[in-house]
Amino acid sequence: MVAHLVRLKLTLTVNGLRRSAWVLVGFVLGALYGLGVLVGSLAALGYVSTQAYQLREMTGVLAGAGLVLVWWLVPLVAFGLDQTMDPARFAPFPIPRARLLVGLTIAGLLGVPGALTLLGALGSSVLWWHEPAALPAAVVGAVLATLTCLLGSRALTGALSRIVVKRRVREAGVALVVVPLVLAGPLLTRLVPAGFSLKDVDVTPVVRVVAWTPLGAAWALAPDVAADRWGQAAGRLLVALATVAVAALAWDRSLRRALVEPVRETTKRRDRGLGLVGRVPATPLGAVYARCLTYWARDPRYAMAVVLVPVLPIVFALVDPGGSMVVVAAPLSGFLMGWAISADVAYDGSAFWLHVASPLRGAVDRWGRALAAGSIAVVVVVVLSVVSGLLSHRSALIPALVGCGLGMAGCALGVASVASALVVYPVRQPGDSPFSLRQGATLPAFLTQIGGWALVGALASPVTVLTAVAVGGHPAAGWVALAVGPVLGAGVLALGAWLGGRLLDRTGPDLLRRLFAMT
Amino acid sequence: MPDVAPALVLRGLWRRFGAKTAVAGIDLDVPAGSFYGLVGPNGAGKTTTLLMATGLLRPDAGQVWVGGVDLWADPLRGKSLLGVLPDGVKLFDRLTGAQLVTYAGLLHGLDRPTATRRAYELLEAVDLVADRDTLVVDYSAGMAKKVSLACALVHAPRLLVLDEPFEAVDPVSAANIRDILTGYVRGGGTVIVSSHVMDLVQRMCDHVAVISAGHVLAAGTLEQVRAGATLEDRFVELVGGRTGGEGLAWLRTSSASS
Repeated sequence: MVAHLVRLKLTLTVNGLRRSAWVLVGFVLGALYGLGVLVGSLAALGYVSTQAYQLREMTGVLAGAGLVLVWWLVPLVAFGLDQTMDPARFAPFPIPRARLLVGLTIAGLLGVPGALTLLGALGSSVLWWHEPAALPAAVVGAVLATLTCLLGSRALTGALSRIVVKRRVREAGVALVVVPLVLAGPLLTRLVPAGFSLKDVDVTPVVRVVAWTPLGAAWALAPDVAADRWGQAAGRLLVALATVAVAALAWDRSLRRALVEPVRETTKRRDRGLGLVGRVPATPLGAVYARCLTYWARDPRYAMAVVLVPVLPIVFALVDPGGSMVVVAAPLSGFLMGWAISADVAYDGSAFWLHVASPLRGAVDRWGRALAAGSIAVVVVVVLSVVSGLLSHRSALIPALVGCGLGMAGCALGVASVASALVVYPVRQPGDSPFSLRQGATLPAFLTQIGGWALVGALASPVTVLTAVAVGGHPAAGWVALAVGPVLGAGVLALGAWLGGRLLDRTGPDLLRRLFAMT
Repeated sequence: MPDVAPALVLRGLWRRFGAKTAVAGIDLDVPAGSFYGLVGPNGAGKTTTLLMATGLLRPDAGQVWVGGVDLWADPLRGKSLLGVLPDGVKLFDRLTGAQLVTYAGLLHGLDRPTATRRAYELLEAVDLVADRDTLVVDYSAGMAKKVSLACALVHAPRLLVLDEPFEAVDPVSAANIRDILTGYVRGGGTVIVSSHVMDLVQRMCDHVAVISAGHVLAAGTLEQVRAGATLEDRFVELVGGRTGGEGLAWLRTSSASS
């Protein structure tokens, strides 16, 4: 049975790679990246192994505990990373659970992350080459630690799967992960110059505590043996073994539940009425507009963009506190909101058939989408202009920022209206993990982005130049920008919607065919 | 030629996907007011044919006339005569059922009172009134099928093209849908359904076409195609590929061993 599961895992991997050359390239790049990290870590460990005992103990325990933590936490947010061996799929087969458990564990070791972790853990024994007596302990610890990683992550995801599987929880969870990630970079840059450095902090107490936790116990085996602390080593071995046992039991329990009562989505019925669809003018244009605005609120991929926008000025304010960098927020968000519809048809996916099957003019489709995104962009640009003007203590810039933001938004909407009538590419599906890469998002997608951005930049240049002059100290230019921006934006949008509409009339079925092929 | 234009005419439709030819020269005449069944084994090209007949997939060659309108030359006019239910596609599933059907109606240019009233009546007819305010993403497969049918009907099309409309639909809803379709045909509409359930096609349709490997093997009224036999026997005779009852001896419980 174990051999069957292992063979299944390998077959699935190989078949996955055969599907397209790009998948193979992605796999090779991923493996190379992983190998690079592994080699780098081993080199670092090799260097540390020449250092004093204390430093080696600290490195082994803390880095190891960090690795376990990553294994445990990442799957909770990056759900769906590897579902090829989802235990629920084995539900129909009469496989004894214990063997399924062992088989899935070994299959897990054969994935890129599992294999790299095992190699890295075994490689970390290099820290103890001075004390040969500690080497067997290091190997035992490495195996236990790898099992802790694998089993612990399965146990945790299993236990939480009942919560994570709920669509709304999953979709909100993505925002909870991505927003802090966006803020993490600038926050760190603020912290580091403030003189926060590891050298000033004595981490020995931390090591002492972590070494007794399930995270660090397995990694503390070797240092204990090396220092001849046999009693402590025995204690740690106990903790590590108990961790693996508890994780295996917990996984077994969740597996037992998953096999007999698969998780089902249940939702409460709410009285919504027709919402926006019932309020807009009863025309095809009104309908498309209402549908798109509804999606901006309900589809997590759109909603994420709206959630991230208020984060922008915070990021800039953190990077450049008190400075004027924050004024970029309004034009940038105008551009981003406008460009967001370049993936509109791709986001529709095969649901786009309803537009193709209806007697709907391409221009109506384009205008509906652009007006929906534009309505949000106008609000965002005005609010961010005022906020960033006040934050940078340069309220005289507000007219320039509003003009620039609206101009950017209009140009981006216009160019995106043409782009999305020509190119569709695989995109994340709603509820996918934010870390999952869609295979095949390749050259056309890349070229559309780069070419589109360049074109938007060129078309919007009159208003950006005016705004730059205003920022440079001529507030009068800002009022000109306020007048030029909306006119320029509206002009480019009208042109883009007209051209994009003409194109869509012809390319609709072809886009649809590519969308069908992607799902 | 009868005095009314046929509801749908296909002439020399071809479609290749890479090296595979899915549809290899299909001609079909669907008389107005007929209930037309399209049957064929898996992968015969039924879905591809129907996609091309409804303007959702561009044919490599060939022509499509919907109610006398050349669909690929004048898509807007042709599509306003058509109601479509494609198989295996997504819906705008972040809308509620009621929103989705109203949306389809508005896209076809209905005014608001008409769109709203028809959406409600259709949801009632397909047993979805209780779920009208649930997001379509939370619908089951059968419910999604039913709401798609409502979308296809909302603008009262002249020709209804349904790809596997009964898949995953429960028997009670299927019976209700059959009643709706029969009433629609009696009122002068034309329906094309694809299905592999021969029994269903035999009971429901008055015309039938058998498609296999991208070709039409037989087409005409049900009586003509059946030629005295049951549709299923005739289908198997036309398509071939029965493997016979031998083999799999171990599957018989009497000889069960180990």
